[in-house]
Amino acid sequence: MYSVRRWSVRHAGAMERFYQAFERAVVALDPLWRRIGYERLEKPVAAFEKVVKGFLFDCQMCGQCALSSTGMSCSMNCPKSLRNGPCGGVRANGNCEVKPDMRCVWVEAFEGSQRMREGQAAIRVVQIAVDRRLEGRSSWLKVARDKAVLKTEATR
Amino acid sequence: MRFEDEPVPGYPLPILPGHTSPGRLERVLRSGGFAITSELDPPDSADPEDVYRRARVFDGYVDAINATDGSGANCHMSSLAVCALLTRVGYAPVMQISCRDKNRIAIQGDILGGAAMGVANMLCLTGDGVQSGDHPQAKPVFDLDCMSLLEIGRTLRDEHRFQSGRKVTFAPRVFFGAAANPFGLPFEWRAQRLAKKVAAGAQFIQTQYCYDVPRLKSFMQMVEDLGLSGKVFILVGVGPLRTAKAAEWMRTNVPGIHIPDSVIKRMAGAEKPALEGRQICIDIIQEVREIKGVSGVHIMAYRQEDTVPEIVDRSGVLAGRVPWYPGRDVPLSNLKETA
Repeated sequence: MYSVRRWSVRHAGAMERFYQAFERAVVALDPLWRRIGYERLEKPVAAFEKVVKGFLFDCQMCGQCALSSTGMSCSMNCPKSLRNGPCGGVRANGNCEVKPDMRCVWVEAFEGSQRMREGQAAIRVVQIAVDRRLEGRSSWLKVARDKAVLKTEATR
Repeated sequence: MRFEDEPVPGYPLPILPGHTSPGRLERVLRSGGFAITSELDPPDSADPEDVYRRARVFDGYVDAINATDGSGANCHMSSLAVCALLTRVGYAPVMQISCRDKNRIAIQGDILGGAAMGVANMLCLTGDGVQSGDHPQAKPVFDLDCMSLLEIGRTLRDEHRFQSGRKVTFAPRVFFGAAANPFGLPFEWRAQRLAKKVAAGAQFIQTQYCYDVPRLKSFMQMVEDLGLSGKVFILVGVGPLRTAKAAEWMRTNVPGIHIPDSVIKRMAGAEKPALEGRQICIDIIQEVREIKGVSGVHIMAYRQEDTVPEIVDRSGVLAGRVPWYPGRDVPLSNLKETA
């Protein structure tokens, strides 16, 4: 919902702190996810993620969440799917050129990033092209799997 | 300027050390010249002569001609095709690539194809939304954004591979550019976004229309503070206004265009508004030329392209230099005989 989405950006700092703790827990539980089977978890977790993030951020389930790098403003709500900052058409009131009644997702993102600790640096990093195969899949499980692999590689 | 290794029209220049393209635009910029580019209004026709006629207007006044890619989301002859025609006779086009109409498979194919035809400059754009054009019922693609497009282009050129990782046997030798809007919101982030584009692979920038020089100056200061000077060539977008009414319409209806009241007033008070519009454009060119970090201007004179020679001439920025055009060094009649 639009008003909830904007509330989340206003509380980007708290969102960041919560997510960082949440991510640590999800990654730590990798052995459990592995035992149950990531593919078996995919559908129910994705459905749950969609409800939670859909409510908080109007999440579009791109499957490769960048909220920590976009000031907690979901960039897939940009009509041009911009993942790296605002286009040149932002209106004088800060609204979108395509949807005049919506505040520019990236104007929101920059404001949100200012309320975050790591988000300020993260928003300056170039986001590479979206992998469309991941659409609809759980970003949380992807993070758990990817980071757990990185962690075991680092300790090896 | 005539390069001593100037080739036969349509053939690429040798690539100098430190250059990435065989193009004249990169040469002019890297040799410290003040570059001039302009924009060709692509025809709504399949007649090649329509393209050549529109290109000839710029002969001797511009270093490269932008071929727009469905600008404003309106349907016209494609940028790739306009570039194909232009390179046939040796013109140096800037092929615009918009992410609106094509996915990464088509775009990477176009980069290879364009480079194969001798396109040395490519401008990576996100593109306008379909709602602003003549086919609002079309599907907006936006598989990539301008930033990931730059990334993919640079990977093709420097790492000789597609985004998939598959190798290309002969990499496209391209000078990659991007757009920037120093006047857009949020102001304090505009230079930051430019830094991201440079990090993604932009070597030159063509900006949105500039009618507010002080604001451009503060933008350029931010660009310098970010340590970008020397890493990217910035061509400031300029253009003649026709009437005060047109200027007023532009600033209210075209998102991202900023025209200060002082300019509107100057237009409204003029006896001959079109002449005053050109004069304002010339004044701005002369002012921006003095700003540190500005390497040239990009003149967008939509539907009044014939005013470009006069604007360039009277601004004096070419300082006697005559950019190459077909027939500059060898009369075209001679070429036809030998061909």
